[in-house]
Amino acid sequence: MDPLLEMLKKNARESDAVLAKELGTTEADVKARIAAYEKDGVLRGFRALINPARIDDTTVHAVIELRIRPEREGGFDRLASRISQCPQVESMFLMSGGFDLMLFVKGKNLQEVANFVSVHLATIDGVLSTATHFMLKTYKDQGILMEGEHYDDRLQVSP
Amino acid sequence: MMTDSKSVPEQFIAPHLRDIPKSGIRDFFDIVASRKDVISLGIGEPDFQTPWHIREKAMTAIERGFTRYTSNLGMPELRQALTTYMKHAFHATYDWKSEILVTVGVSEALDIALRAVLSPGDEVLYHEPCFVAYAPLIRMAHGVPVAVNTFRKDDFRLTVEELEKKVTPKSRVLLINFPNNPTGACLTKADTEALADFVIKHNLLLISDEVYSELTYEGGRHSMAAISRIRDRLIFMNGFSKAWSMTGFRLGYVCAPAPLTDAMMKIHQYCMMSAPTVSQCAGIEALAAGNEDIVEMRDSYHQRRNFLVASLNEMGLDCFMPRGAFYVFPSIQTTGLTAHEFAMRFLQEYSVACVPGSAFGTCGAGYLRCAYATGMEQLKEAMSRMQTFLKTL
Ligand SMILES: Cc1ncc(COP(=O)(O)O)c(C=O)c1O
Repeated sequence: MDPLLEMLKKNARESDAVLAKELGTTEADVKARIAAYEKDGVLRGFRALINPARIDDTTVHAVIELRIRPEREGGFDRLASRISQCPQVESMFLMSGGFDLMLFVKGKNLQEVANFVSVHLATIDGVLSTATHFMLKTYKDQGILMEGEHYDDRLQVSP
Repeated sequence: MMTDSKSVPEQFIAPHLRDIPKSGIRDFFDIVASRKDVISLGIGEPDFQTPWHIREKAMTAIERGFTRYTSNLGMPELRQALTTYMKHAFHATYDWKSEILVTVGVSEALDIALRAVLSPGDEVLYHEPCFVAYAPLIRMAHGVPVAVNTFRKDDFRLTVEELEKKVTPKSRVLLINFPNNPTGACLTKADTEALADFVIKHNLLLISDEVYSELTYEGGRHSMAAISRIRDRLIFMNGFSKAWSMTGFRLGYVCAPAPLTDAMMKIHQYCMMSAPTVSQCAGIEALAAGNEDIVEMRDSYHQRRNFLVASLNEMGLDCFMPRGAFYVFPSIQTTGLTAHEFAMRFLQEYSVACVPGSAFGTCGAGYLRCAYATGMEQLKEAMSRMQTFLKTL
Protein backbone atom coordinates (compact mmCIF):
# COMPACT_ATOMS: atom_id res chain seq x y z
CA MET A 1 0.00 0.00 0.00
CA ASP A 2 1.12 3.54 -0.74
CA PRO A 3 2.73 4.88 2.47
CA LEU A 4 0.62 8.00 2.04
CA LEU A 5 -2.53 5.90 2.53
CA GLU A 6 -1.00 4.20 5.56
CA MET A 7 -0.30 7.59 7.06
CA LEU A 8 -3.80 8.91 6.36
CA LYS A 9 -5.27 5.79 7.95
CA LYS A 10 -3.34 6.61 11.09
CA ASN A 11 -4.10 10.31 11.11
CA ALA A 12 -6.26 11.82 8.39
CA ARG A 13 -5.96 15.29 9.91
CA GLU A 14 -2.22 15.50 9.28
CA SER A 15 -1.42 18.55 7.18
CA ASP A 16 -0.22 18.09 3.62
CA ALA A 17 2.97 19.98 4.50
CA VAL A 18 3.90 17.52 7.26
CA LEU A 19 2.94 14.50 5.16
CA ALA A 20 5.17 15.83 2.39
CA LYS A 21 8.14 16.15 4.74
CA GLU A 22 7.64 12.67 6.14
CA LEU A 23 7.47 11.21 2.66
CA GLY A 24 10.32 13.29 1.36
CA THR A 25 8.20 14.90 -1.33
CA THR A 26 6.42 18.19 -2.06
CA GLU A 27 3.13 19.46 -0.71
CA ALA A 28 1.79 19.76 -4.26
CA ASP A 29 2.54 16.08 -4.87
CA VAL A 30 0.66 15.07 -1.71
CA LYS A 31 -2.34 17.18 -2.67
CA ALA A 32 -2.38 15.70 -6.16
CA ARG A 33 -2.15 12.14 -4.87
CA ILE A 34 -4.97 12.65 -2.38
CA ALA A 35 -7.13 14.24 -5.05
CA ALA A 36 -6.47 11.30 -7.38
CA TYR A 37 -7.37 8.80 -4.65
CA GLU A 38 -10.60 10.64 -3.99
CA LYS A 39 -11.45 10.72 -7.66
CA ASP A 40 -10.70 7.01 -8.09
CA GLY A 41 -12.88 6.12 -5.12
CA VAL A 42 -9.95 4.81 -3.07
CA LEU A 43 -10.45 7.38 -0.34
CA ARG A 44 -14.09 7.15 0.67
CA GLY A 45 -14.08 9.71 3.46
CA PHE A 46 -12.35 11.05 6.56
CA ARG A 47 -14.08 10.79 9.93
CA ALA A 48 -13.44 11.25 13.60
CA LEU A 49 -13.22 8.31 15.99
CA ILE A 50 -15.09 9.27 19.14
CA ASN A 51 -15.19 7.46 22.44
CA PRO A 52 -18.95 7.23 23.10
CA ALA A 53 -18.41 6.79 26.83
CA ARG A 54 -16.81 10.21 27.10
CA ILE A 55 -19.67 12.20 25.59
CA ASP A 56 -23.38 12.31 26.30
CA ASP A 57 -24.16 9.93 23.51
CA THR A 58 -27.06 7.59 24.17
CA THR A 59 -27.12 6.08 20.69
CA VAL A 60 -27.66 2.35 20.79
CA HIS A 61 -25.46 0.10 18.66
CA ALA A 62 -26.12 -3.48 17.72
CA VAL A 63 -24.67 -6.25 15.61
CA ILE A 64 -27.19 -8.26 13.65
CA GLU A 65 -26.55 -11.63 12.11
CA LEU A 66 -28.73 -12.28 9.13
CA ARG A 67 -29.38 -15.44 7.22
CA ILE A 68 -30.78 -14.79 3.76
CA ARG A 69 -31.79 -16.90 0.79
CA PRO A 70 -29.37 -16.52 -2.14
CA GLU A 71 -30.95 -15.94 -5.54
CA ARG A 72 -30.30 -17.87 -8.72
CA GLU A 73 -28.81 -14.97 -10.66
CA GLY A 74 -27.35 -12.45 -8.19
CA GLY A 75 -26.44 -14.65 -5.18
CA PHE A 76 -26.55 -12.46 -2.09
CA ASP A 77 -25.83 -9.20 -3.82
CA ARG A 78 -29.28 -7.89 -4.73
CA LEU A 79 -30.73 -8.40 -1.29
CA ALA A 80 -27.54 -7.21 0.42
CA SER A 81 -27.48 -4.07 -1.64
CA ARG A 82 -31.08 -3.35 -0.74
CA ILE A 83 -30.50 -3.83 2.99
CA SER A 84 -27.35 -1.73 2.95
CA GLN A 85 -29.40 1.27 1.76
CA CYS A 86 -31.19 1.49 5.14
CA PRO A 87 -29.82 4.51 7.01
CA GLN A 88 -29.80 2.52 10.26
CA VAL A 89 -27.11 0.25 8.83
CA GLU A 90 -23.65 1.69 9.48
CA SER A 91 -21.52 -1.18 8.20
CA MET A 92 -22.35 -4.43 6.55
CA PHE A 93 -20.34 -7.48 5.54
CA LEU A 94 -20.91 -10.77 3.78
CA MET A 95 -19.62 -13.50 6.09
CA SER A 96 -18.52 -17.10 5.91
CA GLY A 97 -19.86 -19.50 8.53
CA GLY A 98 -23.20 -19.90 10.24
CA PHE A 99 -24.90 -16.79 8.86
CA ASP A 100 -24.60 -14.66 5.75
CA LEU A 101 -24.67 -10.96 6.51
CA MET A 102 -23.36 -9.09 9.49
CA LEU A 103 -24.87 -5.65 10.06
CA PHE A 104 -23.70 -2.93 12.40
CA VAL A 105 -26.75 -0.81 13.13
CA LYS A 106 -27.54 2.16 15.31
CA GLY A 107 -30.67 3.69 16.73
CA LYS A 108 -31.76 6.41 19.14
CA ASN A 109 -32.79 3.80 21.66
CA LEU A 110 -33.37 0.11 22.10
CA GLN A 111 -36.94 0.41 20.84
CA GLU A 112 -35.84 1.96 17.58
CA VAL A 113 -33.37 -0.84 16.84
CA ALA A 114 -35.88 -3.49 17.82
CA ASN A 115 -38.40 -1.84 15.56
CA PHE A 116 -35.96 -1.76 12.67
CA VAL A 117 -35.29 -5.46 13.03
CA SER A 118 -38.86 -6.63 13.39
CA VAL A 119 -40.57 -4.25 10.98
CA HIS A 120 -37.94 -3.57 8.34
CA LEU A 121 -35.51 -6.47 8.27
CA ALA A 122 -37.33 -9.61 9.29
CA THR A 123 -40.16 -8.89 6.91
CA ILE A 124 -38.04 -8.62 3.79
CA ASP A 125 -38.70 -11.47 1.44
CA GLY A 126 -35.63 -13.70 1.43
CA VAL A 127 -34.54 -12.93 5.00
CA LEU A 128 -34.60 -16.27 6.80
CA SER A 129 -33.58 -15.30 10.30
CA THR A 130 -32.08 -12.54 12.41
CA ALA A 131 -30.09 -12.52 15.64
CA THR A 132 -29.54 -9.18 17.32
CA HIS A 133 -26.74 -8.44 19.78
CA PHE A 134 -26.61 -5.10 21.56
CA MET A 135 -23.22 -3.54 22.22
CA LEU A 136 -22.60 -2.67 25.85
CA LYS A 137 -19.20 -1.02 25.92
CA THR A 138 -16.46 -0.08 23.45
CA TYR A 139 -12.98 -1.20 24.43
CA LYS A 140 -11.27 -0.75 21.12
CA ASP A 141 -12.44 0.63 17.81
CA GLN A 142 -10.55 0.43 14.52
CA GLY A 143 -7.29 -0.31 16.25
CA ILE A 144 -7.60 2.40 18.85
CA LEU A 145 -8.04 1.65 22.55
CA MET A 146 -10.88 3.67 24.05
CA GLU A 147 -9.89 3.53 27.69
CA GLY A 148 -6.63 3.53 29.56
CA GLU A 149 -4.43 6.41 28.46
CA HIS A 150 -1.10 5.22 27.16
CA TYR A 151 1.23 7.21 29.33
CA ASP A 152 4.90 7.50 28.56
CA ASP A 153 6.83 6.21 31.54
CA ARG A 154 10.26 6.40 29.95
CA LEU A 155 13.03 8.40 31.60
CA GLN A 156 12.84 11.88 30.12
CA VAL A 157 16.48 11.90 29.09
CA SER A 158 18.50 8.75 28.51
CA PRO A 159 21.78 7.93 26.83
CA MET B 1 47.86 14.64 60.15
CA MET B 2 46.00 13.60 57.06
CA THR B 3 45.56 16.45 54.62
CA ASP B 4 43.14 14.53 52.46
CA SER B 5 39.74 16.07 53.06
CA LYS B 6 37.77 13.07 51.78
CA SER B 7 35.16 11.67 54.13
CA VAL B 8 35.51 8.15 55.42
CA PRO B 9 33.18 6.61 52.84
CA GLU B 10 34.73 8.62 50.02
CA GLN B 11 38.26 7.55 50.78
CA PHE B 12 37.34 3.96 49.99
CA ILE B 13 36.28 4.72 46.45
CA ALA B 14 38.80 3.45 43.89
CA PRO B 15 40.73 6.39 42.40
CA HIS B 16 40.24 5.31 38.79
CA LEU B 17 36.50 5.34 39.37
CA ARG B 18 36.53 8.60 41.28
CA ASP B 19 38.27 10.24 38.36
CA ILE B 20 35.52 9.35 35.92
CA PRO B 21 33.39 12.46 35.49
CA LYS B 22 29.63 12.33 35.93
CA SER B 23 27.79 11.83 32.67
CA GLY B 24 26.79 15.09 30.96
CA ILE B 25 23.47 13.49 30.24
CA ARG B 26 22.89 12.91 33.92
CA ASP B 27 23.12 16.66 34.71
CA PHE B 28 20.69 17.38 31.99
CA PHE B 29 18.36 14.68 33.18
CA ASP B 30 18.14 16.25 36.63
CA ILE B 31 17.06 19.58 35.17
CA VAL B 32 14.50 18.05 32.84
CA ALA B 33 13.10 15.90 35.63
CA SER B 34 12.47 19.00 37.72
CA ARG B 35 10.17 20.47 35.06
CA LYS B 36 6.67 19.55 34.05
CA ASP B 37 5.20 19.07 30.59
CA VAL B 38 8.47 18.84 28.77
CA ILE B 39 8.52 17.53 25.22
CA SER B 40 11.59 15.35 25.24
CA LEU B 41 13.70 14.69 22.18
CA GLY B 42 16.30 13.49 24.63
CA ILE B 43 15.18 9.90 25.00
CA GLY B 44 17.50 7.20 23.71
CA GLU B 45 14.95 4.42 23.72
CA PRO B 46 12.05 3.49 21.43
CA ASP B 47 8.62 4.95 22.17
CA PHE B 48 6.79 1.91 20.82
CA GLN B 49 5.34 -0.62 23.18
CA THR B 50 7.12 -3.96 23.06
CA PRO B 51 5.11 -5.97 20.49
CA TRP B 52 2.25 -7.79 22.16
CA HIS B 53 3.22 -11.32 21.10
CA ILE B 54 6.63 -10.81 22.72
CA ARG B 55 5.09 -9.58 25.98
CA GLU B 56 2.65 -12.46 25.87
CA LYS B 57 5.52 -14.91 25.46
CA ALA B 58 7.18 -13.43 28.54
CA MET B 59 3.96 -13.92 30.51
CA THR B 60 3.65 -17.52 29.32
CA ALA B 61 7.26 -18.08 30.31
CA ILE B 62 6.49 -17.01 33.86
CA GLU B 63 3.31 -19.08 33.87
CA ARG B 64 5.20 -22.16 32.76
CA GLY B 65 7.87 -21.63 35.36
CA PHE B 66 10.83 -20.45 33.29
CA THR B 67 12.11 -18.58 36.29
CA ARG B 68 15.45 -20.17 37.06
CA TYR B 69 19.03 -19.76 35.92
CA THR B 70 19.79 -20.84 32.40
CA SER B 71 23.06 -22.14 31.02
CA ASN B 72 25.70 -19.43 31.53
CA LEU B 73 25.94 -18.87 27.80
CA GLY B 74 22.17 -18.52 27.49
CA MET B 75 19.34 -20.85 26.50
CA PRO B 76 20.39 -23.18 23.67
CA GLU B 77 17.22 -22.41 21.73
CA LEU B 78 17.99 -18.69 21.84
CA ARG B 79 21.61 -19.18 20.81
CA GLN B 80 20.53 -21.42 17.94
CA ALA B 81 18.10 -18.74 16.82
CA LEU B 82 20.91 -16.19 17.02
CA THR B 83 23.13 -18.37 14.84
CA THR B 84 20.39 -18.41 12.24
CA TYR B 85 19.83 -14.67 12.59
CA MET B 86 23.54 -13.85 12.16
CA LYS B 87 23.69 -16.04 9.09
CA HIS B 88 20.58 -14.50 7.60
CA ALA B 89 21.30 -10.86 8.46
CA PHE B 90 25.05 -10.68 7.90
CA HIS B 91 26.15 -13.94 6.24
CA ALA B 92 28.23 -14.54 9.35
CA THR B 93 28.66 -18.03 10.79
CA TYR B 94 28.84 -18.37 14.56
CA ASP B 95 28.61 -21.68 16.37
CA TRP B 96 25.88 -21.48 18.99
CA LYS B 97 27.73 -23.90 21.28
CA SER B 98 30.96 -21.92 21.63
CA GLU B 99 30.78 -18.56 19.90
CA ILE B 100 27.62 -16.86 21.16
CA LEU B 101 27.04 -15.51 24.64
CA VAL B 102 23.73 -14.02 25.77
CA THR B 103 24.20 -10.93 27.93
CA VAL B 104 22.28 -8.46 30.04
CA GLY B 105 21.98 -5.97 27.20
CA VAL B 106 24.75 -4.63 25.02
CA SER B 107 25.75 -2.72 28.15
CA GLU B 108 27.04 -5.89 29.78
CA ALA B 109 28.50 -7.09 26.51
CA LEU B 110 30.63 -3.94 26.29
CA ASP B 111 31.77 -4.31 29.87
CA ILE B 112 32.82 -7.95 29.69
CA ALA B 113 34.41 -7.57 26.27
CA LEU B 114 36.63 -4.72 27.48
CA ARG B 115 37.47 -6.42 30.75
CA ALA B 116 38.30 -9.65 28.95
CA VAL B 117 40.90 -8.11 26.67
CA LEU B 118 42.43 -5.06 28.39
CA SER B 119 45.50 -4.92 30.61
CA PRO B 120 46.22 -1.75 32.57
CA GLY B 121 47.52 0.94 30.25
CA ASP B 122 46.23 -0.58 27.00
CA GLU B 123 44.84 2.05 24.69
CA VAL B 124 41.39 1.76 23.19
CA LEU B 125 40.60 3.79 20.09
CA TYR B 126 36.97 4.85 19.91
CA HIS B 127 35.24 7.57 17.93
CA GLU B 128 33.47 10.64 19.20
CA PRO B 129 30.70 11.74 19.33
CA CYS B 130 29.65 8.40 20.81
CA PHE B 131 27.52 6.58 23.33
CA VAL B 132 28.29 8.04 26.77
CA ALA B 133 29.31 4.71 28.31
CA TYR B 134 32.38 4.04 26.16
CA ALA B 135 35.13 6.10 27.82
CA PRO B 136 33.95 5.26 31.38
CA LEU B 137 33.75 1.52 30.61
CA ILE B 138 37.24 1.59 29.13
CA ARG B 139 38.57 3.31 32.25
CA MET B 140 36.78 0.88 34.55
CA ALA B 141 38.57 -1.90 32.70
CA HIS B 142 41.85 -0.05 33.40
CA GLY B 143 42.31 0.88 29.76
CA VAL B 144 43.12 4.28 28.34
CA PRO B 145 40.40 5.76 26.14
CA VAL B 146 41.75 7.48 23.04
CA ALA B 147 39.08 9.49 21.24
CA VAL B 148 39.16 9.74 17.46
CA ASN B 149 37.10 12.54 15.98
CA THR B 150 34.41 12.24 13.35
CA PHE B 151 33.18 15.21 11.35
CA ARG B 152 30.14 16.67 9.68
CA LYS B 153 32.06 16.80 6.38
CA ASP B 154 32.20 12.99 6.47
CA ASP B 155 28.61 12.67 7.72
CA PHE B 156 30.24 11.55 11.00
CA ARG B 157 31.65 8.34 9.52
CA LEU B 158 34.91 7.13 11.03
CA THR B 159 37.86 7.53 8.67
CA VAL B 160 41.17 5.69 8.63
CA GLU B 161 42.89 9.04 8.15
CA GLU B 162 41.75 10.16 11.62
CA LEU B 163 42.49 6.75 13.13
CA GLU B 164 46.07 6.84 11.83
CA LYS B 165 46.60 10.08 13.75
CA LYS B 166 45.77 8.42 17.06
CA VAL B 167 47.05 4.87 16.78
CA THR B 168 50.17 4.04 18.85
CA PRO B 169 52.09 0.87 19.72
CA LYS B 170 49.94 0.71 22.87
CA SER B 171 46.68 0.61 20.91
CA ARG B 172 45.00 -2.72 21.45
CA VAL B 173 41.34 -2.31 20.64
CA LEU B 174 39.18 -0.32 18.26
CA LEU B 175 35.63 0.17 19.54
CA ILE B 176 33.03 1.36 17.06
CA ASN B 177 29.28 1.93 16.92
CA PHE B 178 27.40 2.26 13.63
CA PRO B 179 24.56 3.11 13.08
CA ASN B 180 25.68 5.64 15.61
CA ASN B 181 24.27 7.12 18.76
CA PRO B 182 24.18 10.23 18.81
CA THR B 183 24.71 11.15 15.14
CA GLY B 184 22.76 8.50 13.23
CA ALA B 185 25.81 7.98 11.02
CA CYS B 186 26.22 4.69 9.15
CA LEU B 187 29.22 3.13 7.47
CA THR B 188 29.39 2.42 3.76
CA LYS B 189 30.67 -0.89 2.45
CA ALA B 190 33.95 0.82 1.55
CA ASP B 191 34.24 2.19 5.11
CA THR B 192 33.89 -1.27 6.64
CA GLU B 193 36.56 -2.64 4.30
CA ALA B 194 38.92 0.21 5.16
CA LEU B 195 38.38 -0.30 8.89
CA ALA B 196 39.02 -4.02 8.47
CA ASP B 197 42.33 -3.28 6.75
CA PHE B 198 43.20 -0.83 9.50
CA VAL B 199 42.68 -3.29 12.37
CA ILE B 200 44.68 -5.95 10.54
CA LYS B 201 47.50 -3.53 9.75
CA HIS B 202 47.85 -2.49 13.39
CA ASN B 203 46.98 -5.89 14.85
CA LEU B 204 44.00 -4.58 16.81
CA LEU B 205 40.94 -6.29 18.20
CA LEU B 206 37.72 -4.77 16.89
CA ILE B 207 34.65 -4.41 19.10
CA SER B 208 31.63 -3.51 17.00
CA ASP B 209 28.47 -2.37 18.80
CA GLU B 210 25.72 -2.70 16.21
CA VAL B 211 22.73 -2.33 18.50
CA TYR B 212 20.96 -0.05 15.98
CA SER B 213 21.64 -2.26 12.98
CA GLU B 214 17.97 -3.13 12.37
CA LEU B 215 17.20 0.57 12.23
CA THR B 216 18.91 1.31 8.94
CA TYR B 217 16.71 3.18 6.50
CA GLU B 218 18.54 3.16 3.22
CA GLY B 219 21.89 2.36 1.68
CA GLY B 220 22.00 -1.17 3.11
CA ARG B 221 23.33 -2.55 6.35
CA HIS B 222 27.07 -2.95 6.36
CA SER B 223 28.11 -4.99 9.35
CA MET B 224 31.68 -5.65 10.40
CA ALA B 225 30.53 -9.24 10.97
CA ALA B 226 30.14 -9.65 7.22
CA ILE B 227 33.89 -9.30 6.67
CA SER B 228 35.37 -12.75 7.10
CA ARG B 229 39.03 -11.73 7.11
CA ILE B 230 38.61 -10.03 10.50
CA ARG B 231 36.52 -12.78 12.04
CA ASP B 232 39.34 -13.88 14.37
CA ARG B 233 39.76 -10.35 15.73
CA LEU B 234 36.14 -9.26 15.99
CA ILE B 235 33.80 -9.10 18.96
CA PHE B 236 30.38 -8.34 17.52
CA MET B 237 27.55 -7.21 19.77
CA ASN B 238 23.89 -6.54 19.30
CA GLY B 239 20.73 -6.61 21.37
CA PHE B 240 16.97 -6.58 21.49
CA SER B 241 16.52 -3.12 23.03
CA LYS B 242 16.26 -1.01 19.91
CA ALA B 243 15.10 -3.41 17.22
CA TRP B 244 12.13 -4.74 19.18
CA SER B 245 11.65 -1.97 21.67
CA MET B 246 12.68 -4.24 24.52
CA THR B 247 14.92 -1.96 26.58
CA GLY B 248 13.57 -3.09 29.94
CA PHE B 249 14.07 -6.77 29.14
CA ARG B 250 17.82 -6.18 29.33
CA LEU B 251 18.83 -8.63 26.63
CA GLY B 252 21.80 -8.62 24.29
CA TYR B 253 24.49 -10.91 22.94
CA VAL B 254 28.05 -11.14 21.74
CA CYS B 255 29.45 -13.19 18.90
CA ALA B 256 33.17 -13.89 18.88
CA PRO B 257 35.64 -16.71 18.17
CA ALA B 258 35.57 -19.41 20.86
CA PRO B 259 38.68 -18.30 22.81
CA LEU B 260 37.32 -14.77 23.16
CA THR B 261 33.82 -15.99 23.99
CA ASP B 262 35.38 -18.24 26.62
CA ALA B 263 37.25 -15.32 28.14
CA MET B 264 34.10 -13.15 28.32
CA MET B 265 32.18 -16.09 29.67
CA LYS B 266 34.63 -16.29 32.59
CA ILE B 267 33.55 -12.82 33.69
CA HIS B 268 29.89 -13.28 32.84
CA GLN B 269 29.54 -16.53 34.79
CA TYR B 270 30.91 -14.99 37.98
CA CYS B 271 29.30 -11.57 37.83
CA MET B 272 26.01 -12.30 36.09
CA MET B 273 25.45 -16.08 35.99
CA SER B 274 22.97 -15.76 33.15
CA ALA B 275 20.77 -13.22 31.43
CA PRO B 276 17.18 -12.98 32.75
CA THR B 277 15.37 -16.16 31.81
CA VAL B 278 12.00 -14.57 31.07
CA SER B 279 13.75 -12.11 28.78
CA GLN B 280 15.52 -14.91 26.97
CA CYS B 281 12.15 -16.58 26.28
CA ALA B 282 10.86 -13.25 24.94
CA GLY B 283 13.99 -12.97 22.80
CA ILE B 284 13.30 -16.35 21.19
CA GLU B 285 9.84 -15.12 20.25
CA ALA B 286 11.22 -11.85 18.85
CA LEU B 287 13.63 -13.72 16.59
CA ALA B 288 11.05 -16.28 15.54
CA ALA B 289 8.14 -13.99 14.74
CA GLY B 290 9.22 -10.42 15.14
CA ASN B 291 10.23 -9.38 11.66
CA GLU B 292 6.99 -7.58 10.88
CA ASP B 293 7.29 -5.60 14.08
CA ILE B 294 10.66 -4.28 12.98
CA VAL B 295 9.37 -3.31 9.56
CA GLU B 296 6.45 -1.41 11.03
CA MET B 297 8.53 0.49 13.57
CA ARG B 298 11.30 1.17 11.08
CA ASP B 299 8.83 2.67 8.58
CA SER B 300 7.53 4.94 11.26
CA TYR B 301 11.02 6.08 12.37
CA HIS B 302 11.90 6.63 8.74
CA GLN B 303 9.00 9.04 8.23
CA ARG B 304 9.77 10.91 11.43
CA ARG B 305 13.41 11.24 10.45
CA ASN B 306 12.44 12.71 7.08
CA PHE B 307 10.16 15.17 8.82
CA LEU B 308 12.80 16.29 11.32
CA VAL B 309 15.63 16.66 8.82
CA ALA B 310 13.42 18.60 6.40
CA SER B 311 12.09 20.84 9.18
CA LEU B 312 15.53 21.57 10.66
CA ASN B 313 17.14 22.38 7.32
CA GLU B 314 14.16 24.56 6.42
CA MET B 315 14.80 26.56 9.61
CA GLY B 316 18.39 27.05 8.59
CA LEU B 317 19.96 24.50 10.94
CA ASP B 318 22.36 22.38 8.91
CA CYS B 319 21.49 18.73 9.37
CA PHE B 320 22.76 15.80 7.31
CA MET B 321 20.43 12.93 6.48
CA PRO B 322 21.43 10.16 8.91
CA ARG B 323 20.79 6.70 7.50
CA GLY B 324 20.30 4.87 10.77
CA ALA B 325 19.40 4.76 14.49
CA PHE B 326 16.78 7.27 15.71
CA TYR B 327 18.78 10.44 16.13
CA VAL B 328 19.35 13.53 14.04
CA PHE B 329 22.32 15.73 14.80
CA PRO B 330 21.79 19.30 13.58
CA SER B 331 24.44 21.97 13.86
CA ILE B 332 23.42 25.02 15.85
CA GLN B 333 26.61 26.94 15.17
CA THR B 334 24.88 29.61 13.10
CA THR B 335 22.93 30.68 16.20
CA GLY B 336 26.10 31.81 17.96
CA LEU B 337 25.14 29.80 21.05
CA THR B 338 27.03 26.81 22.39
CA ALA B 339 25.15 23.53 22.28
CA HIS B 340 24.80 23.66 26.04
CA GLU B 341 23.40 27.20 26.04
CA PHE B 342 21.06 26.37 23.20
CA ALA B 343 19.76 23.22 24.88
CA MET B 344 19.39 24.98 28.23
CA ARG B 345 17.46 27.95 26.84
CA PHE B 346 15.31 25.79 24.61
CA LEU B 347 14.40 23.74 27.66
CA GLN B 348 13.85 26.65 30.02
CA GLU B 349 12.00 28.95 27.65
CA TYR B 350 10.21 26.45 25.40
CA SER B 351 10.09 23.25 27.48
CA VAL B 352 11.70 21.08 24.84
CA ALA B 353 14.62 18.85 25.80
CA CYS B 354 17.40 18.04 23.34
CA VAL B 355 20.79 16.81 24.50
CA PRO B 356 23.79 19.03 23.71
CA GLY B 357 26.18 17.23 21.37
CA SER B 358 29.05 18.00 23.72
CA ALA B 359 27.66 15.37 26.11
CA PHE B 360 28.86 12.78 23.59
CA GLY B 361 32.42 14.07 23.18
CA THR B 362 34.18 17.36 22.59
CA CYS B 363 33.76 17.23 18.82
CA GLY B 364 30.00 17.12 19.39
CA ALA B 365 30.17 20.75 20.51
CA GLY B 366 28.05 22.91 18.23
CA TYR B 367 25.50 20.15 17.64
CA LEU B 368 22.32 18.90 19.26
CA ARG B 369 21.09 15.36 19.53
CA CYS B 370 17.39 15.17 18.75
CA ALA B 371 15.94 11.70 19.18
CA TYR B 372 12.89 10.90 17.10
CA ALA B 373 11.81 7.98 19.23
CA THR B 374 8.82 10.18 20.03
CA GLY B 375 5.39 10.50 18.44
CA MET B 376 4.76 12.77 15.44
CA GLU B 377 2.52 15.10 17.47
CA GLN B 378 5.37 15.89 19.86
CA LEU B 379 7.89 16.17 17.05
CA LYS B 380 5.68 18.67 15.23
CA GLU B 381 5.17 20.72 18.35
CA ALA B 382 8.90 20.64 19.13
CA MET B 383 9.78 21.82 15.63
CA SER B 384 7.25 24.62 15.77
CA ARG B 385 8.70 25.79 19.11
CA MET B 386 12.20 25.52 17.69
CA GLN B 387 11.17 27.80 14.83
CA THR B 388 9.83 30.37 17.30
CA PHE B 389 12.96 30.12 19.42
CA LEU B 390 15.26 30.63 16.44
CA LYS B 391 13.38 33.79 15.47
CA THR B 392 14.19 35.35 18.84
CA LEU B 393 17.91 34.75 18.48
C1 LIG C 1 25.37 2.70 21.12
C2 LIG C 1 24.69 1.99 22.22
N1 LIG C 1 25.22 0.86 22.71
C3 LIG C 1 24.63 0.19 23.71
C4 LIG C 1 23.47 0.63 24.30
C5 LIG C 1 22.89 -0.16 25.44
O1 LIG C 1 21.94 -1.05 24.98
P1 LIG C 1 21.33 -2.20 25.88
O2 LIG C 1 19.95 -1.77 26.23
O3 LIG C 1 21.34 -3.40 25.00
O4 LIG C 1 22.19 -2.38 27.07
C6 LIG C 1 22.87 1.80 23.83
C7 LIG C 1 21.64 2.31 24.46
O5 LIG C 1 21.27 3.44 24.36
C8 LIG C 1 23.49 2.49 22.77
O6 LIG C 1 22.96 3.62 22.29
